[in-house]
Amino acid sequence: MRIKHKSIGDRIFELCNGLLMIILAVVMLYPIINTVAVSFNDATDTLRGGIYIWPRQFTWYNYEVIWQTANLGVAFGVSVARTVIASALNVFLTAMVAYTLIRQDFVLKRFVTIIFVLTMYVNAGLIPGYLLNKSLGLLNNFWVYILPGLVSAFDLIIVRTYMKSIPGSLIESAQIDGAGEFKIFLTVILPLATPVLATVALFCAVAQWNSWFDTYIYCGSAKNLTTLQYELMKALSTSMNQSGSTANVLNADQAANQVTPTSIRAAITIVAAVPILCVYPFLQKYFVQGMTLGSVKE
Amino acid sequence: MRAVAKTANKPGNKKSFWQKCLQQKTLIFMSLPLVLLKILFAYVPLLGWVMAFQNYKPAKSFFDQDWAGLAKFEFLFKDAVFLRDIRNTLAMSLINLVLGFVTAILLALLLNEIKNVVFKRTIQTISYMPHFLSWVIVAGIVQNVLSTDSGIVNDILLRIGAIDSSINFLGEPKYFWGIVGASNVWKEVGWNTIIYLASMSAIDPSLYEAAEMDGAGRFNKILHVTLPAIKSTFIILLIMNIGNILNAGFEVQYLLGNGPIQDVSETIDIFVLKYGMQKNDYALGTAAGIFKSVISVILVFGANWISGKLGEDKLV
Repeated sequence: MRIKHKSIGDRIFELCNGLLMIILAVVMLYPIINTVAVSFNDATDTLRGGIYIWPRQFTWYNYEVIWQTANLGVAFGVSVARTVIASALNVFLTAMVAYTLIRQDFVLKRFVTIIFVLTMYVNAGLIPGYLLNKSLGLLNNFWVYILPGLVSAFDLIIVRTYMKSIPGSLIESAQIDGAGEFKIFLTVILPLATPVLATVALFCAVAQWNSWFDTYIYCGSAKNLTTLQYELMKALSTSMNQSGSTANVLNADQAANQVTPTSIRAAITIVAAVPILCVYPFLQKYFVQGMTLGSVKE
Repeated sequence: MRAVAKTANKPGNKKSFWQKCLQQKTLIFMSLPLVLLKILFAYVPLLGWVMAFQNYKPAKSFFDQDWAGLAKFEFLFKDAVFLRDIRNTLAMSLINLVLGFVTAILLALLLNEIKNVVFKRTIQTISYMPHFLSWVIVAGIVQNVLSTDSGIVNDILLRIGAIDSSINFLGEPKYFWGIVGASNVWKEVGWNTIIYLASMSAIDPSLYEAAEMDGAGRFNKILHVTLPAIKSTFIILLIMNIGNILNAGFEVQYLLGNGPIQDVSETIDIFVLKYGMQKNDYALGTAAGIFKSVISVILVFGANWISGKLGEDKLV
């Protein structure tokens, strides 16, 4: 057993490294904390500047305003619905296809694998995809959020890689007991694959929750299908265009209890970010595992 | 293991393909519908590529379209806007690629040197956070941070006296590529360390001990043990990223690239969106999309082939 003595150089390195990491953490966290502070600060007061990590004139007003206007209730509902439905469907269907691929004797194994893996490289592009969805009647249709992306090749590969580590003898003994394929999948494989399925659910949920472009392209004119991120995008572009007009609001003394694009955007940002930020720290083990499985070669 | 495979295969080998299909109908029923769905959404749109060779008018049926040959492609490669967009895409991609790899490997190495588990975990958790934010949120954050009246960057620069008056970072073309690069690093650097940290944790500790015996210091251990151990991970990620070189990202440029800086912010994807969806020139938009897809596939397989030739790991 050797006892290691830290040299002076080691200590200096560790100190600098630690400091550097703390700076990194501040750079990552500050913009979010600042946005929270702005969202809870009086809008006209914010224009005077100097809001850093704490609101100066605390108010709920920005949140009240976005809740009443901006179609935000609907947007929140649609965002939640697409996230939940897509994640649930994706997890179940990805697991089901992955199960057929771990069956060594499955006749279509190679065919199914190739069809899925090639989708990672083949990309028809925006316009052919748009025209297809249009001809399928998916314009201004909730299912355009769900169907085109169902069962991704990446997810399929990580679930398959994980399921391969489940002992084949479990499947065999279930077969001897007379269980059919679907029953084996449901009662033997699915429960054992929960850790990797949590990963898939997380990846899918994040992508769904954060998506705005599909709303913009496919459901831009359907008010009842708008999403939180799309509303935020609209708020962002208004505030980019109006950035010159903040001065007149500032001059008007009677402008107390008003809202500005900046404050509105801060409040919507927080509503759109908080659900995921509350969840991800607890799922760390799952996404780290998913990324590691995903880097395993074919 | 081998015995298991034999018993499973033996009866199968004697049967014809169709007999096997009948026997495995449940398995087929479990996977085929999703294969068809995938074919519909990933491969059927490829038929739309025909549009790029036509003067496509949505009102006409397929057989009534006028054929245009390669005219759309000729137009594209003579179009100054498209060529500019290729330049922008490549520039921002390369910046993202180099910055992305360098910062992720550097951060992973530094995290790997932290001995205090709780501190390391906390920093990791914080560094993953921006990955979970959407580009809409990140674009808003970038806009706030760089704003001329209350943005923290101008605030700090003014306080330390580096500048005399606020810089309008988002209004001047010369800053845009740098801003895109920095936003990408901010959003993804923590996330990108995950894979490297995983391969670092798989390194046999005896290698470090042996290096120590040979008198290697911290720096030499990183150079001769850690870096070689993550080489294959690095190469696989590089191959995957080279295929994405024409995907410079679309959202951040679309969201932050307002009027005056279009010259440096517009990418191929935005070109496709503009011509295809806003000006309804489906044929031209499709032609630009084809160019992008074909180059991407060539790049992936090219990089993969070169990597194989050099005796490195291959992706496919």
